Amino acid sequence: MTSQQALAQARGHVPSVDTLLATAAEGGRLDPDHALRLYREAPLLDLGRAADERRKALHPSNIVTYIVERNVNYTNLCVTACKFCNFYRPKKSAEAYTLSRAELAQKFSETVALGGIQILLQGGVNPDLRISYYEDLFRWSKANFPLALHALSPEEISFIARLENLSLRQVLERLAAAGLDSVPGGGAEILDDEIRQRISPLKCSTETWLAVMREAHLLGLRSSATMVFGFGESETHIVRHLHRLRELQDRTAGFTAFICWPFQAEGTRLRLADDTTAHRYLRVFSLARLYLDNFENLQVSWPTMGPAIGQVALRFGGNDFGSVMIEENVVSQAGAVYKLSAEDIEKHVSTAGFEPRRRNMRYQILKDKAVIAGHGHDHLLRSENFLSAP
Amino acid sequence: MRFSIIQDKVRASEPLDFEDGLALFHHANLLDVGHLANEVRERLYGPRTYFNRNLHINATNVCVANCRFCSFARLRTGDPGAYTLSLEEAWGRLRERAEKNDPITEIHIVNGLNADLPFSYYTDLLAGLKRIAPSVHLKAFTAVEIHFFHEHFGLDVAEVLGRLRAAGLDSLPGGGAEIFEPRVRRKICADKCDADAWLAVHRTAHGMGLRSNCTMLYGHIETVEERVDHLLRLRRLQDETGGFQCFVPLAFHPDGNALARLPPPTGTDDLRTFAVSRLLLHNIPHIKAYWVMLGLKTAQTAQWFGADDLDGTIQEERIYHMAGAETPQRLGIAEIVRLIEQAGRVPIERDTLYNVMNSGESLAQPKPFRRHLPVHEEARE
Repeated sequence: MTSQQALAQARGHVPSVDTLLATAAEGGRLDPDHALRLYREAPLLDLGRAADERRKALHPSNIVTYIVERNVNYTNLCVTACKFCNFYRPKKSAEAYTLSRAELAQKFSETVALGGIQILLQGGVNPDLRISYYEDLFRWSKANFPLALHALSPEEISFIARLENLSLRQVLERLAAAGLDSVPGGGAEILDDEIRQRISPLKCSTETWLAVMREAHLLGLRSSATMVFGFGESETHIVRHLHRLRELQDRTAGFTAFICWPFQAEGTRLRLADDTTAHRYLRVFSLARLYLDNFENLQVSWPTMGPAIGQVALRFGGNDFGSVMIEENVVSQAGAVYKLSAEDIEKHVSTAGFEPRRRNMRYQILKDKAVIAGHGHDHLLRSENFLSAP
Repeated sequence: MRFSIIQDKVRASEPLDFEDGLALFHHANLLDVGHLANEVRERLYGPRTYFNRNLHINATNVCVANCRFCSFARLRTGDPGAYTLSLEEAWGRLRERAEKNDPITEIHIVNGLNADLPFSYYTDLLAGLKRIAPSVHLKAFTAVEIHFFHEHFGLDVAEVLGRLRAAGLDSLPGGGAEIFEPRVRRKICADKCDADAWLAVHRTAHGMGLRSNCTMLYGHIETVEERVDHLLRLRRLQDETGGFQCFVPLAFHPDGNALARLPPPTGTDDLRTFAVSRLLLHNIPHIKAYWVMLGLKTAQTAQWFGADDLDGTIQEERIYHMAGAETPQRLGIAEIVRLIEQAGRVPIERDTLYNVMNSGESLAQPKPFRRHLPVHEEARE
């Protein structure tokens, strides 16, 4: 009897934690109640082993991927004013900025020189920037740099739609025509309005976040999905979040990967005493691997958890080590200070027993790093030449 | 398959051998090894994780030994960064705690091998601390220091230990073991006493009724074989004396020392080393995840990979911080309790000899563990 059959037989009864873990490890689907049960009751390493088995089934090649990209935050001016954010500045602030074309050009060309293949472009919600700003920016980038544009989270896209009185689909079509390649999954936090109301009342609702992703996927754009926990939510909220992502993924198959991390509270206006420890991260992460049975890729979050736990998470269901971040401005403003070069990333991946390979946003393995990077400057990614964030 | 044989042996409480140790270091699935170590750990202690309230005093960093992994020591009095506390200063560390009504149960004292100090400095140091707080346990001087006193002052090891005990010594910390294999010692700590001398000091101490801890410094130039050999030498002495209470794996930190070119051990190596240690050292009661050097996140996770102890609150840790440790220099009781509870473990405050001091409600009423708080109002100015 397979464990899926055991589960079917047990329907009407409460299946044991072991049965649930075995089912999920084989790719069987967990109900929300099952997930809650596992989160509350399964011992850490039992959860981890099941997630590791599932990862192995999906990625038998033993490859762990990473990407070389630059995180460019084109503006920090933002009217959404989320309580958990240390990055944004209101319009009147002397510290509010919008990067000039010259500044962007410098960042983009440095990225190319360092072997980067993509710009992760996100910013505040800045009412001075109309859709033409983004269209011009994307066209200019495509004309000048061999870089993919992983740009504008659902909050930014839904704001542009309201500002321009366009539908989400119209905005996405125009941006894609101008050069948008994919949509980052930021701004999801916890996809449950009970939590969103408390921490970011002005930010897009759960439904809007999902609607942007649905429209993007239907247009053939891929996106990532994220979850930030540690806002005082219960495990029910976490499971609801995972469930909503899984439902949308069933319909569109447009998500390439899932990434989660604990809220970094330092210096923000939210004073929380929530659990953001490594133990909780590893539990949430391995549960996500088991619950999101239709997601191929799970990225570990070393920028928030540190390289040690990031590496350990590769044994709790992770198959991607994220990015060599040539620049990062958001979590580093709230106390996360880790930095890794490509060489460091490869070392952490291989000492965990995996083969490190570079990828693009769609998780396609890059065959020849030097060719893809275009400039053969791979040596620049070694630690001693690593360009740190300004 | 080797792993299932090892599993059977562990479940039947049979000692593992050298080959088993190697197989555990090489076994591909880290979580298999962790899971088995956790079985042993839970068989012994259930969900409990131990910690204590302690204070570190490093009275001098002047040291005749020039160990390549050390960022703490200075060769001569007067060298830049060299210091030696006066007895008043050292005693002052304890007085401060007493005055703040911030009680501790243990002082951990580890120093450089300072040829400029008389033996009376050490006996006076202990005696003075005991005068201030007679009930505080003095865990002082590694086997390397004891061996240095023996050579430098021309006293038998037993005589050194006897005089120190008369002055207030209660037990020995486990430092200075590094890796026992002579090949490694020649390269990283050529001036330090050898394995036999290190083990002889602990044997003598145990014979006098003093308890001690033991350590392994891993993640530098040693091989896996040399790690297993090290662990088994500790296990053999423990079979003989039963005097070790606790084993502490110490991860090498590369900042500011002669081995700075080496990468530090990674998270999976740390956790595997804890798990293998728990499995090989069946006769050493406790495995300690020393948070200062592991970092809080790995130390917490290690509680599922064989460790059952987190060390203590500590204050002013110097040795690892001079090698680049980024952890805080101390943890409050409430923080350490919360860290353990958030690891899904039950915090128990112990004394040095693992007598239970506080648990549950009596843990100094740390702020209650708040897990699913509603998100509340913005912080006020």
